[in-house]
Amino acid sequence: MRVAELELDLEAFEGPFDLLLTLVLKEEIDLAEVDVAGIVLTFIETLLGRARSGAADEAERELGEGDLEACGEFLVLVSALLELKARLLFDDEAPELAELEPEEAAEELARRLVEYRRMKEASAWLASRLEQERDRYFRLGPAPLRPIGERPIVAQDAAALAAALRELATPPKVVSLAHMSLRYPPLEQFVERFRSLLGRRSRFDFEDELGDLSRVEQAIAFLALLELGRLGEIAISQAAPFAPIRVERKTKERSSVWTNARSA
Amino acid sequence: MDERPLRLITNSPLDLLARTVEALLVVASAPLAVDELAEAADDDAGRIDAALRLLAERYSEGRSGIVLEQVAGGYALRASREAAPACARLFERPAQRSLSQAALETLAIVAYLGPCSRPEITRIRGVAAEATVANLLERGLIAEAGRDDGPGGAIRYRVTPLFERVFGIANLAELPRLDDLGGDVEQIRERLHAVAEQRGA
Repeated sequence: MRVAELELDLEAFEGPFDLLLTLVLKEEIDLAEVDVAGIVLTFIETLLGRARSGAADEAERELGEGDLEACGEFLVLVSALLELKARLLFDDEAPELAELEPEEAAEELARRLVEYRRMKEASAWLASRLEQERDRYFRLGPAPLRPIGERPIVAQDAAALAAALRELATPPKVVSLAHMSLRYPPLEQFVERFRSLLGRRSRFDFEDELGDLSRVEQAIAFLALLELGRLGEIAISQAAPFAPIRVERKTKERSSVWTNARSA
Repeated sequence: MDERPLRLITNSPLDLLARTVEALLVVASAPLAVDELAEAADDDAGRIDAALRLLAERYSEGRSGIVLEQVAGGYALRASREAAPACARLFERPAQRSLSQAALETLAIVAYLGPCSRPEITRIRGVAAEATVANLLERGLIAEAGRDDGPGGAIRYRVTPLFERVFGIANLAELPRLDDLGGDVEQIRERLHAVAEQRGA
């Protein structure tokens, strides 16, 4: 019998034991969801099943030795699983538990087992009760009851109410919509303007040419400059912050040489 | 023509009160406590009790299709058990009636220890309780009841009147005493201490 091949059928997992271990170590299954007691039960049931089906004496003894090994392996794996799970569940308690003496630890464990045992029996009682009461039929629905008790209103301040009313009575400020009707020339217009300017001159200063335009128009003009810069038609320079912006035509010699070379 | 009322024949003051209580119980879809009945009927609790006794006699198993029962901290009418098969044909099986083992354990913990939080349930059961708690909330068997003290206060839960109704218990005191549960508890404790002594030695 091999522990790794133990077939499990748990609430959170169905398959061989070694796959469960792999998934837990890869953190693809939350160990908190895994019912370790269920694994132990499955293992014991499998062992008992094998013992019952064992036929010849000798074969049985061999099987027994094999099972002893399997039991050892299983104990190691399950205790590791349990420790992992305990650490997950009792994150902040872990150091305290580690400091406990064996007797105290046993008492703590007993306390928890007892607690769970009682709840388990209580759930069995509930289950049988549910079975007894299965033929109870009653009306279900929201209770059409008047809410009980009146809610006292918090003490109110007349001045605060007056202030709030005054605010409501004041006509609201007119919101300026000026920005919505903002008009400015299209970018292309400036692009063409700069191109023709640079056709006549090899360089110019931004402020000299456009100083008399509005702020918005200047902004559009500057965008047009950036566009020309991006296209590689001009070079933009500035000696220092806030110094005049100098715009220069880029010599096209290089590219024309290249074009000539190709067409040749 | 017989002009007498169907169920309550006399016109004594108590009978009149019993008729009022009867009407209130028919209208309500949740159990009504004696205090609530007294307030609605504008009468005192002692007389309400007497009226309820009168009604309980009339609305009892074998005598009527409707049965008056003391449940979930109050009084409510339900169908008689005789009528259960007919009711079953009319209604779908209520969702509250089929509960998994995990749901029952969680319900037991909340019933006994509530209000209690999900971390507490997880600690006792040793399995994450998220899905089970959500399931019980959806079925209306538990409800939120404040938050834990301290930082990050987890939501606490308690069982609802519907829980008591589904399980047919008048109040939580009807649950078996916790001390009477877990019979082999001492054995476990002894065994664990024996192991501890061996390790400690």
